[in-house]
Amino acid sequence: MRIARINSKSEDDKSETVDLRLIDQLIEKNKAKKGNLIPLLQGAQDIYGFVPRPVFEKISAECGIPLSEMFGVATFYAQFRLAPVGKHIIKVCHGTACHVQNAKEISESLEESLKIKDGETTEDRFYTLESVACLGCCSLAPVMMIGDQTYGKLTGNEAVRIVKNIKLGEQN
Amino acid sequence: MNITVTVGLGSCGIAAGANKTYEKIKALKEQENLPFDLQKTSCIGMCYREPLVEITDETGTYIYGDVNEDRAVEVIEKHINQQDPIREYIVYTDLFEASENDFIQSQVKIVLRNCGYMDPESITEYEQRHGYTAMKMIVMQNITREEVIKTILDSGLRGRGGGGFSTGLKWKFANANKSEQKYVICNADEGDPGAFMDRSVLEGDPHSILEGMIIAAYAIEATGGVIYCRAEYPLAIKRLNIAIGQAHEKGYLGKNIFGIRGWDFDIYIKEGAGAFVCGEETALIASIEGERGMPRKRPPFPAASGLWKKPTNINNVETFANVPWIILNGAAAYSKYGTEKSKGTKVFALAGKIRRSGLVEVPMGMTIKDVIFKLGGGIKNNKRFKAVQLGGPSGGCIPDYLSDTIVDYDSVNATGAIMGSGGMVVMDETTCMVDVAKFFLDFTRKESCGKCTFCRMGTMRMLEILERITNGKGREDDIQKLEELAYQIKDNSLCGLGQTAPNPVLTTIRYFRDEYEAHIMHKKCPAKVCRPLLTYTVDQEKCTGCLVCMKNCPAKAIAGERKKPHFINQELCTKCGVCFSKCKFASIILT
Repeated sequence: MRIARINSKSEDDKSETVDLRLIDQLIEKNKAKKGNLIPLLQGAQDIYGFVPRPVFEKISAECGIPLSEMFGVATFYAQFRLAPVGKHIIKVCHGTACHVQNAKEISESLEESLKIKDGETTEDRFYTLESVACLGCCSLAPVMMIGDQTYGKLTGNEAVRIVKNIKLGEQN
Repeated sequence: MNITVTVGLGSCGIAAGANKTYEKIKALKEQENLPFDLQKTSCIGMCYREPLVEITDETGTYIYGDVNEDRAVEVIEKHINQQDPIREYIVYTDLFEASENDFIQSQVKIVLRNCGYMDPESITEYEQRHGYTAMKMIVMQNITREEVIKTILDSGLRGRGGGGFSTGLKWKFANANKSEQKYVICNADEGDPGAFMDRSVLEGDPHSILEGMIIAAYAIEATGGVIYCRAEYPLAIKRLNIAIGQAHEKGYLGKNIFGIRGWDFDIYIKEGAGAFVCGEETALIASIEGERGMPRKRPPFPAASGLWKKPTNINNVETFANVPWIILNGAAAYSKYGTEKSKGTKVFALAGKIRRSGLVEVPMGMTIKDVIFKLGGGIKNNKRFKAVQLGGPSGGCIPDYLSDTIVDYDSVNATGAIMGSGGMVVMDETTCMVDVAKFFLDFTRKESCGKCTFCRMGTMRMLEILERITNGKGREDDIQKLEELAYQIKDNSLCGLGQTAPNPVLTTIRYFRDEYEAHIMHKKCPAKVCRPLLTYTVDQEKCTGCLVCMKNCPAKAIAGERKKPHFINQELCTKCGVCFSKCKFASIILT
């Protein structure tokens, strides 16, 4: 499942302080280009980890793109998130090769261990769990990806162990 | 002669730990000042033996498999320091019979000609391997646009993205439409779950894609080029960017390229944002224009009115990779491979329950059986081969008894599957075909853009029926309902996604009807995959009485004492499968 991409409690957005100056350069660079909406959203997400509401408003005002159009595009593509996510996103591959080699077990073990459901973020905002279509490492199925690192030939227990170790490693 | 040590650093190699292997070898070389050149290359296709390290010395070339850090130390010590190759670790060499020799030798490498044989980040190495020679030849011999298009037409090359439309014809149409501005687009939005051919080519040989696009641009007089690449392929994007920079420096991209006055052509990369439907060419164009990636009605075809309403030619990665080779070697050299209507070679990504998962390139006309058994080494863990899924969510499952079907567009279509982009996912007796159909339907339902009602609603309804069947609540007329819906969706959808979405269901019904019936009539899953249809019991002889299943059972359905066999209360059991996955002694039986 995709990460919950629309923040149901829109009031929460305002409590998050968003430094809008961070996107000035991005807007400057893309403002005059044709078909700039997707690169703008991608760039904003790189900066904030998701696309906060004030960022939408600022881009809309400065580039003259209607908010409705921006929202339409942002909710169409799997890449865009409209709500904050954990520090690390665990992407569990559910491509065909992983599916027939029991990717379900990986997701279920992680859900149990992290006490969150697919698409959710842990309370401490350390991990977000997401199932994705295909990471293209089918020969290593079942696979998960955390950051740039891919872990292959997993079992449920092995996945849980890796996730725990990353957290331990960062706490020390 | 110098000794070279080359580490395979494709995505799959890196995932298997090749970066660590590379760093280890680098450290050893520096510490002991060892006399060899250390190089990087990309995927050679043997993904199942990654990380791979190739050593070339005066005696020949040797590829070592499964080289983790420890093995790297061992290999360097023995092979380099003592000149004593370790035979048991060698997976391929031309000097003696190694375990994977037949894997390499039964292939015909045209698209993958450079993958795994050179450093993908070096334009010099690409040129040493006849890179950019095809385009230079066109310039030097004054070959006209029409002649280039004729060569591609004569070669019989058909679109490798799945459609199978003649590439030469596509170019001809785009060339015929005159305009100040025209575009060439490379479709690198490889979204099929279970397919990774394009990724490997982009990572392993990015210049061949650029050269293919430049030749296409020459043929249709294009002024701009776009590579639409999945954002999930960061390494491919990085290497393409490096390649584009190098091509600029050489004057192969930019202004007055290849010394042709007034010919300006440049390529940029557009990162996809994750939508399967963008593999469809009109949706892809909408996405480049910054809109929701929804398909448009054809005609007008992109060749007449494409990107920014200008004539546009879109080809797939693999198609472009073929182009320089065809120009250089001639149409006849290409069309000598293949069948009457499908020429050349096809790259397949072998995955699933197969021994050697990886990339293979075979001439069209080879039987599926040969691809799976001769090249793929057969089924993992000596299980029985049941079916192979071709073409991803748009394709279908071909059963074992049709495995003599040959690989060509028309023969594969006749089975109800499609050639697709080349994903081949192999399934054994432990794969439930209803579950597989459900998996693909779930995928297409999520990825349907929502424009056509039949695709948007129809896939949802089909999925609901499949969920009902796999949950043990199937109804007698469900198969018929699925078929009715399937044909409605096929007939009434605008683009390829909807038109092909029902294929996995239709082919599994056609070839595995008995499995559907077992689920519906007898409430049983023969492959033991659909949990609600299984009964969990404890093997009284194997159970050691360790209490693990009991403690983990969320329904408190397991009773027993320490060191005595446990029991499952069937009335309380929710069939969640936790006991089965937690038991270390394989004593939970599924029936």
